Amino acid sequence: MARAISTRRKIGFTILAWGIGLVIFFPILWTFLTSFKPEGQAIAIPPRFFDFDWTLANYETVQSRSNYFRHFSNSVISAVGSTLLGLLIAIPAAWAMAFSPTKRTKDVLMWMLSTKMLPAVGVLVPIYLIFRDLRLLDTHLGIIVVLTMINLPIIIWMLFTYFKEIPVDILEAARMDGASLRQEVVHVLTPMAVPGIASTLLLNIILAWNEAFWTLNLTTTNAAPLTAFIASYSSPEGLFWAKLSAASMMAIAPILIMGWFSQKQLVRGLTFGAVK
Amino acid sequence: MGSITLKNVKKSFGGVTVIPDISLDIEDGQFVVFVGPSGCGKSTLLRLIAGLEDVSDGMIAIDGEDMTKTAPAQRKLSMVFQSYALYPHMSVRGNIAFPLKMEKAPKEKIDAAVNNAASILNLTDYLDRKPRQLSGGQRQRVAIGRAIVRQPKAFLFDEPLSNLDAALRVAMRLEISELHNKLKTTMVYVTHDQVEAMTMADKIVVLNAGRIEQYGSPLELYQRPANKFVAGFIGSPKMNFVEGAEAQKHGAHSIGVRPEHLTVSRGPGTWSGVVKVSEHLGSDTFLHVDVEGAGTMTTRTSGDVAFKHGETVGLTPVEGRVYRFDAQGMAV
Repeated sequence: MARAISTRRKIGFTILAWGIGLVIFFPILWTFLTSFKPEGQAIAIPPRFFDFDWTLANYETVQSRSNYFRHFSNSVISAVGSTLLGLLIAIPAAWAMAFSPTKRTKDVLMWMLSTKMLPAVGVLVPIYLIFRDLRLLDTHLGIIVVLTMINLPIIIWMLFTYFKEIPVDILEAARMDGASLRQEVVHVLTPMAVPGIASTLLLNIILAWNEAFWTLNLTTTNAAPLTAFIASYSSPEGLFWAKLSAASMMAIAPILIMGWFSQKQLVRGLTFGAVK
Repeated sequence: MGSITLKNVKKSFGGVTVIPDISLDIEDGQFVVFVGPSGCGKSTLLRLIAGLEDVSDGMIAIDGEDMTKTAPAQRKLSMVFQSYALYPHMSVRGNIAFPLKMEKAPKEKIDAAVNNAASILNLTDYLDRKPRQLSGGQRQRVAIGRAIVRQPKAFLFDEPLSNLDAALRVAMRLEISELHNKLKTTMVYVTHDQVEAMTMADKIVVLNAGRIEQYGSPLELYQRPANKFVAGFIGSPKMNFVEGAEAQKHGAHSIGVRPEHLTVSRGPGTWSGVVKVSEHLGSDTFLHVDVEGAGTMTTRTSGDVAFKHGETVGLTPVEGRVYRFDAQGMAV
């Protein structure tokens, strides 16, 4: 039986939900608005919401002052590259743990997750020195490797959860139906695993795209992604809120659009394991 | 052709022995049911025949050919799982066609076989649906359809009806029996439900703790149970067991009388007791009678017999229908 909810409660919850939604969304909205303000009005107190002189000047300045496209392509290379490399390592790992678990499987998973518990800054110096000695600083390869390593535990955990949900019965049914190992993988396992792999891929691209600690510390120009592009507009000498906002909007726009179009997959990814 | 022979088959998981030593011959074309309480090893035995588990020792032959080490895919058996195990990303048509696609059969042959299976199983209107759009009974039919298209040497059923509701279970039971009559292919069927076993089987294998307690036709098991376990397991309601003086009169350690072989009288009988519960099923009435020294005895009487809670009744076994067992529980 459905619980009867009074209209007043419903209205109350609706207002509350919208309120929370707006609070969460507000920083992005504010950044968006600020990116269209002249610098002077961007820092005006009291703040101006819509009654300012709308301008595209910030975008023009940002565009002419720095090479957006180079940062953008660096972001694409590092996000996609690290995600693909991560999947390449994680798929067999998660596969093995899901389909032939041992007594230690849970421990291995826990150990992998534990690497995420250490604050990143704790290993900054050793990694920086290793990268310097291996000449990986400010290179695509270096960024791909470091992003792969920091996101690998999450990729493996997500894939493991997905693979766990594939019923063993179905694989056995395929075997009984005369499928060879190759046919079993191609016709049964892969189609059932693809949705899980797709949401893992999407979520990880977003994580890698927005990663700022390592990308800011290990790159300067050649491999600097959009995070570095934003950071270059926050300088201590001047107030460039509007330009900073314009740069931020340009940096998050591609991933926002990608996220918008893959909402369904992402929601599955974010609630992984929650719903059977 | 599909005879199955097990010879001294043993199976253990780690240190736990599930099947100590089983030998069994299943003749071609028979409907054989493995029945037993949960954990008796009946599903494991089926999976050993299927090849989904490896035997620890012993030999499994199908059609006289040693298949002990053969992969499940090459044994030419079909299996229907308790969970149906349909491929969720394929349509009903894709599911049924799958075994033939794996054989790389020509398209016309696949289409003909799928349409034929669908018409046998009343699935023609559902061929383009996905499994999630089907009811439980329809899913089970698809699983059976997938099993019959490749014309296997034998069908293996692993508790196929236990996820269905009671009415559907009875209907599917009939359908599977009809299917067996039509195809005349060997079927090995695992269930914990002795009613399913009795109604469907040509021969029943009663399993307990990984051992075969008895192997025979349903009526053989009912009329001549080899031991107390089989006597108690086959038949519903359960057989009544009595030990002590009354048993010794029959020259046995214990005796058993089926509920349907006890007559009830208002006067004294072999035993007398007080009616504890009377269950009216319409056609039958089950009386649960508290008998001093023998515990609760159950009788099955006709539906119009009216005994009330608390009444004292006499119980007398029907002549020649008393089963006698020795101290080890073996039939005498």
